[in-house]
Amino acid sequence: MIAPDLKPSRIDWITLALYYFLVIVGLLCVYASVFKETNPNIWDTSQNYGRQLIWIAISSFLGLMILLIDEKFFFAFAYPIYTISVLLLIAVLLAGTTVKGSSSWIEIGSFRMQPAEFAKFGTALALARFLSGYNVDFEKDKKIQWISAAIILAPMTIILFQNETGSTLVFTSFIFVLYREGLPGWILFAGFMLIVLSILALLIQPLYIIIALVVLASLFLYFVRRTNQLIAITVGAIVLAGLMVSSIDYVFENVMQAHQRTRINVLLGKEVDIKGAGYNVQQSKIAIGSGGFWGKGFLQGTQNKFRFVPEQSTDFIFCTVGEEFGFMGSVLFVTVYIYLLYRLLMMAERQRHKFNRIYGYSVVSILFFHFLINVGMTLGIMPVIGIPLPFISYGGSALLSFTILLFIFIRLDANRVNELRNFS
Amino acid sequence: MNSSSKPKILLIIFIGVALVYISRLFYLQVVDSSYVFYAQNNVLQEQTIYPARGLIYDRNGELLVYNDAIYDLSVIPDQIKNLDTIEFCKVLNISKEEFIATFARLKRQKGYSRWKPIVFQRQITIPTYAAFQEKLFDFQGFFVEVRTDRKYKHSNAAHVMGYIGEVTEKDIDKSDGYYRMGDFIGISGVERIYEKDLGGIKGTRYVLVDSKNRTQGRYKNGEFDTAAIAGKDIHLSINQELQALGEALLQNKTGSVVAIEPRTGEVLALVSSPSYDPNLMVGRERGNRYMELLKDPSKPLFNRPISAPYPPGSIFKIIVGLMGQQEKVLSPNTTYGCNHGYLFVGCHPHGSPLALRGAIAVSCNAYFCQVYRSIVNNPKYKHVEDAYTEFYKHAYSFGMGHALGIDLFGEGAGVLKPATYFDKIYGRHRWQALTTISMGIGQGELGITPLQMANATAAIANRGYFYTPHIVKKINHRANPNPKYTTKNWTTIDTSYFSVMIDGMHDVIENGTARIAKIPGIEVCGKTGTAQNPHGKDHSIFFAFAPKTNPKIAIAVVVENSGFGATWAAPIASLMMEQYLTGKHDTRKALLERMLNGNLNHRNDSARFKTK
Ligand SMILES: [Zn+2]
Repeated sequence: MIAPDLKPSRIDWITLALYYFLVIVGLLCVYASVFKETNPNIWDTSQNYGRQLIWIAISSFLGLMILLIDEKFFFAFAYPIYTISVLLLIAVLLAGTTVKGSSSWIEIGSFRMQPAEFAKFGTALALARFLSGYNVDFEKDKKIQWISAAIILAPMTIILFQNETGSTLVFTSFIFVLYREGLPGWILFAGFMLIVLSILALLIQPLYIIIALVVLASLFLYFVRRTNQLIAITVGAIVLAGLMVSSIDYVFENVMQAHQRTRINVLLGKEVDIKGAGYNVQQSKIAIGSGGFWGKGFLQGTQNKFRFVPEQSTDFIFCTVGEEFGFMGSVLFVTVYIYLLYRLLMMAERQRHKFNRIYGYSVVSILFFHFLINVGMTLGIMPVIGIPLPFISYGGSALLSFTILLFIFIRLDANRVNELRNFS
Repeated sequence: MNSSSKPKILLIIFIGVALVYISRLFYLQVVDSSYVFYAQNNVLQEQTIYPARGLIYDRNGELLVYNDAIYDLSVIPDQIKNLDTIEFCKVLNISKEEFIATFARLKRQKGYSRWKPIVFQRQITIPTYAAFQEKLFDFQGFFVEVRTDRKYKHSNAAHVMGYIGEVTEKDIDKSDGYYRMGDFIGISGVERIYEKDLGGIKGTRYVLVDSKNRTQGRYKNGEFDTAAIAGKDIHLSINQELQALGEALLQNKTGSVVAIEPRTGEVLALVSSPSYDPNLMVGRERGNRYMELLKDPSKPLFNRPISAPYPPGSIFKIIVGLMGQQEKVLSPNTTYGCNHGYLFVGCHPHGSPLALRGAIAVSCNAYFCQVYRSIVNNPKYKHVEDAYTEFYKHAYSFGMGHALGIDLFGEGAGVLKPATYFDKIYGRHRWQALTTISMGIGQGELGITPLQMANATAAIANRGYFYTPHIVKKINHRANPNPKYTTKNWTTIDTSYFSVMIDGMHDVIENGTARIAKIPGIEVCGKTGTAQNPHGKDHSIFFAFAPKTNPKIAIAVVVENSGFGATWAAPIASLMMEQYLTGKHDTRKALLERMLNGNLNHRNDSARFKTK
């Protein structure tokens, strides 16, 4: 199983460097976010940062192991890994430990892990394996589409029952993978419009939205070559959108409970409820906003280390970046992160093997979704969904699972030259 | 859409998100500066450093008032965790209902916040404090704040020192925000008048706190902190021993003693009886005790010596004699006969006729009625109003009819009517000396506070001038800087006219009406008086100074409802002067015993002084 022909030169060192850059930034931010002058020892394993250091070491070791494994292993064991991760999810649902209202943890001694994290790359592997099969045409074959959906929805549903909204939503990121593999663009667009309309429905009177939609549709039909089919589709879309907008409004006003309404209102900026539902986001914005252009300097922040920001070393870790390194540091950070995503995207595209490509896309999609929600949440423009910022947030199982996710792809990518040789 | 455009679309989405987030970061971190302010608001806590209140000493440097630590139990409601209410109530010795009621009350208080410290119970006792400290860990959210309150070494001079208490909302408004709810401020006496000196200046310390309000360090190494400036110490002009003796002598009596050093105007003793122990006006029970004292029918809170006006009686004859000489209607050789009085003003039997000095010694009513008549009916003036106005001016120049300006709160003006007052009653030019003849012997439309009496005595002792009486001798170990207290106030009487009056006053002690006030080895000058009291027995009045040459002390004593001046007021004044001049007051044991034990309050309860 050990890959005898892995040559270091085939590893994408830039990705590896970006990984370590982010992990180190993460460690420094975890350190800064709970820093106490009385206890400045970064090696102190009784503190978050000391433990994170150990996790980095374990992750590095695990990463090295993955790089040494024969790449065929992942193809061969994709389904077993997927099956095991789904079984673990079921097991945890039945006998898991409840932490902060979600029963998604397995506890072994003092060690805690979240199978949902591992289900991500399990699903990625299974999806890649399934779609890369011989004669599989996702674009045309309805059956293939349904099975693909099932592969994604199975773990997603179990996680939803564990009360882990964040992890559940992460699985929606596979839509990008499916899009790459042939899902029509309009579904992506429709999904996007659905979200926009939902938000608008809560902000504006549904009647105005419907009027606006009718006006837009009329203009659209006026300027394009009208066919009966197009008119029918447009009218149908308007009717559907109108129904949706009205029902969202209805659900919001009549079905949701007061605290849920408050939460949504806060998110939409309609209500500022300091110390209530909006407290976390407000404090997060204060921490980032007070960083200014150049930041307060490493360890010089006050909002994070004095605990005004909730979950300041896990979900709200980006606040420390914003507070201590300012606008310049934040822009650098966002740029590096997007660059990593770009690089992974390019790496996925250069794969000759469909399995590698689909897996690569899964990695990019999952990381992007985490970045999108997590950073957006701290900036107050995304809902407060508790998912970590990959490589940065404190937490062993998160770091481990993201490391595995990424390193499997680095391993797969390292064999692309072999594939070329094989194919030629 | 072909496959090669799909990664591009994804890349565009990535870059789009990056741009949106960077714009948002730009807005939060660069455009909107309010977050810097909010962040400061989060972590910066302004802490007040309370300065030590200035100490109060007597004129000889004996400590009278000092500061004592008190313990306030405060709470940050948000930080209360797993509170064992029953145990908590047990330690504090309150019932559960009180506990609930207190919380309900705090919540209604202005500016209440779950995240801010608020006083749960003021001034817990030291045993409670000790018991509480042991359990502090069990009562998370609660903590004890140490402040200082006043303590009094002696139970004397309550009216002089006054007391402090918590500021009212009016005080806060007036102070332009300097005072905060719960701060102490001087409410009466020296504590009030010298609040600015005694109070010091509060300091401010900026500390960083975390979200649980725990201190995390100083803000910018204390760059913006200001130190508290301690209050200034004050030396009163009061002589503690003299004051204590005065209060002892007036115990079980209603009255006043004011003693002044004529040379400086410094008040040596200011006794108001009945009084109260200033230590009552300290601590948690201050409010209740205040209400009790306020309701007490004997009016212990009333500062008699500076605010109660009495008809001066015979002691006013000295002033009338001085006026007569100044108006050139009287000379030391002027004689008047007395046949048991003058018109409807009676007189006691004595030799007749008498010259001025003799008339003082026997306190002849007829003589001074004649003098008064010759002043007010002085043909030098066209109208009686003009002549009376001269009389008014002279009396005014001795400090009568207006507040002298002592550094105490609530000084009264006394009663001295201008000519227009009589015009209103009788009509213009429709009255003359005989209409107001009783004023010649200190009765009628006259009211003088014991402070004004003592001040007039000092003016006589000084032969024509006085310094405005004052209670504070030194502030911060330097002389009272108020120029009012170092300016000579000249009376309208020439110095030369005083000799005969002073000789007469000496005769009063040596062989006149107040022989009881004689102090062996000291030449005392004095005058008795009896103020008619329409509500009951007359008030006993005496004023005196000693020694005759180079006077060291001028004193006025009023004992209400006690009859003639010689029976109570004169001996008390004599004992006090002896104490001040010789340091001893027990050479005349029988007299001292009689004065100390004299109880005038058990009788005549209905005839106590009534304020108008
Ligand atoms: Zn007579």
